[in-house]
Amino acid sequence: MAEKTYLQAISDALRQEMRRDQRVFVIGEDVGVYGGAFKVTLGFQEEFGPWRVIDSPLSETAIVAGCTGAAIVGMRPVAEMQFADFVSCAWDHLTTVAAKQRYRAGTPVPIVVRLPSGGGFSGGPFHSQNPESSFAHIAGLKCVCPATPEDAKGLLIAAIEDPNPVLFFEHKHLYRRIKGEVPDERYTVPIGKARTHRAGEDVTVVTWGAMVYTADEAAKQLEADDVSVEIVDLRSVMPWDKGAVLESVRKTSKVLVLHEDTRTGGFGAEIAATIAEEAFEDLDAPIKRIAAPDTPVPFSPPLEKAFIPQVDDVAAGLRELAQNYMNCLDLALPSPRTQDA
Amino acid sequence: MAVREAEPITSLREVKEAGLDREDLLDIYRHMLVTRGIEERGHILYKQGKIPGSFYTGRGNEASAVGVATAMGPDDWGTPLHRDMGVHVTRGVEPWRIFAQYMGRVDGPTKGKDGNVHMADSNLGLIAMVSHLPAMLPVAVGCALAFRIRNERRVAVAWFGEGAAARGDTHEGMNLAGVRRLPVVFVCDNNQWAYSTPTYLGYGIEHLADRAAAYGFEGVVVDGTDVLAVYREAKRAIEKAREGGGPTLIESLTLRMEGHAVHDDAFYVPRELFEEWARKDPIERYRTWLRENADMSDEEEDELTGGVKKLLNDAIRRAEESPLPDPDTLAHGVYATPEELDTPHHK
Ligand SMILES: Cc1ncc(C[n+]2csc(CCOP(=O)(O)OP(=O)(O)O)c2C)c(N)n1
Ligand SMILES: [Mg+2]
Repeated sequence: MAEKTYLQAISDALRQEMRRDQRVFVIGEDVGVYGGAFKVTLGFQEEFGPWRVIDSPLSETAIVAGCTGAAIVGMRPVAEMQFADFVSCAWDHLTTVAAKQRYRAGTPVPIVVRLPSGGGFSGGPFHSQNPESSFAHIAGLKCVCPATPEDAKGLLIAAIEDPNPVLFFEHKHLYRRIKGEVPDERYTVPIGKARTHRAGEDVTVVTWGAMVYTADEAAKQLEADDVSVEIVDLRSVMPWDKGAVLESVRKTSKVLVLHEDTRTGGFGAEIAATIAEEAFEDLDAPIKRIAAPDTPVPFSPPLEKAFIPQVDDVAAGLRELAQNYMNCLDLALPSPRTQDA
Repeated sequence: MAVREAEPITSLREVKEAGLDREDLLDIYRHMLVTRGIEERGHILYKQGKIPGSFYTGRGNEASAVGVATAMGPDDWGTPLHRDMGVHVTRGVEPWRIFAQYMGRVDGPTKGKDGNVHMADSNLGLIAMVSHLPAMLPVAVGCALAFRIRNERRVAVAWFGEGAAARGDTHEGMNLAGVRRLPVVFVCDNNQWAYSTPTYLGYGIEHLADRAAAYGFEGVVVDGTDVLAVYREAKRAIEKAREGGGPTLIESLTLRMEGHAVHDDAFYVPRELFEEWARKDPIERYRTWLRENADMSDEEEDELTGGVKKLLNDAIRRAEESPLPDPDTLAHGVYATPEELDTPHHK
């Protein structure tokens, strides 16, 4: 066990897997001598050589398609998109080829695509996006969004082991900011199991990635108001842990769904719809969503700040839920559910 | 720029030099007959309403597909497309499974999950094509990349049409292959039409094979109706790739002898062009060659064609006995399970 940054945890996980399994190789732009735009693979080429740490031409299509072909003949490729945004150039190969090959042809495609995603650095419209919901909509893909160093390592190893194409959204704003204890040994974190980031009684926040920390800050503010907030970190949006979300909602009866991606058609909509379908009678307030507005990610700091959900926005949302809506229990009224019983 | 134009094979001696014995020659003929037979029978089944969806054939491309597939080694991999039934046949798919595939039955290679030529048996070293063209080309490059990483003496073959050559996948795949000198052979089925689009609206150079030079490897144009010439060029390219000599782009010239698919009567193709290429029919051409150069006798020929006919009759009967998929299996297999990676090529 040692304290590591989120970035180190990813790097260590990848190095461990490459040492353990000859089939694992890395391909991407500038991943070799340079170690990748964010230095996740720094030093890898010295250790594993140029044929396992492959500097590709600027060719996202060839990177992802190449991984698919290599995976079908027995490799375990890990591709790096220089920024998550560039995955649009490989859209076809993820959604048309990799995602559907198992279903239609019975051929599994065990690939991992690493996607440095998210904003907060004036990266502008093309270096800041969180495209996970676009891919979560594609049957056959898995979308993983770790928030902690420990999860980043365990989920990356799980992703490499997984027999399916896995998109691994690693949030750039967590890379060096977030540190945590990470076990030295190899371990996996199951894909599709949520984590309670913070236990609470009054309101649930369902979120993932960097927004886990935004929610956590907001929850701390709410402590002063005597409101206890539970934060469910989904860890992956496809598959997503419906059971854990419903369980928390049943406990708190109020829920705020939070994500950094834009609002309309964002994955939060799916979560909200599911809660409405399956836990409507447990709710004491409308489901609240906080997400980025439906715009491209803007460049200039005040615009970007207005775009990305901020701690104060989340705190305000939580207050509204906690204060404007009474719990059935507080009113000493039977909830519709207990009436049923 | 002028690429090399392949020479025809004229004598049995040249055939022997290229590594084929008489039995191989007859196998090639049988594979071409089975290929055409499957597609002709499929066409009839389609008209009888037994095949849902659409129906494509590779009439005119039998020599090219069979010639290249014959040159592949047993451990090589390939990504054949919708004109390349001959590749599936040559690598040993059982015809009844193809009819089952056409008819959406559970015994088709995709178990009814996908239709027509969107299929392959990975146990035969083939990867099922997707519709999006030429998406499989850079996938084949990825197979070659794996072979190179593992230092295996294996080769990948990527097929693509001259129309699809316009898309970026072609460029990215060929560029990566050229940069890394990967063991891959690109086979362009240039059948002169991309749906209704003629070549002069698809590309602006004389030969698509000219492009090979831009990626740092060799290009060659071959008459795609001459199965032995195709075989020899494919063999050269595949063995060169196997020895570490990098990719080759083979442009195989044919004419798509039917419409794009059954619904298309190809009114836009000049009749004279069809007549001209009908005289070069690859099967008839090879049959003549076999009779003149390999002493194929009437009896041998009858036995061969009779055998093919029986094979196809039995195949259709067996395919028709295959059940349609149970709607309850709709959601099966969207995601793979870990055990599925226990196949020999995934280990
Ligand atoms: C990306 C893409 N766009 C459009 C189509 C529809 N389409 C199917 S085949 C075809 C023509 C392909 O021509 P070519 O590559 O020359 O292959 P051919 O059918 O002639 O063998 C078109 C446009 C497709 N399959 N994929
Ligand atoms: Mg064509």
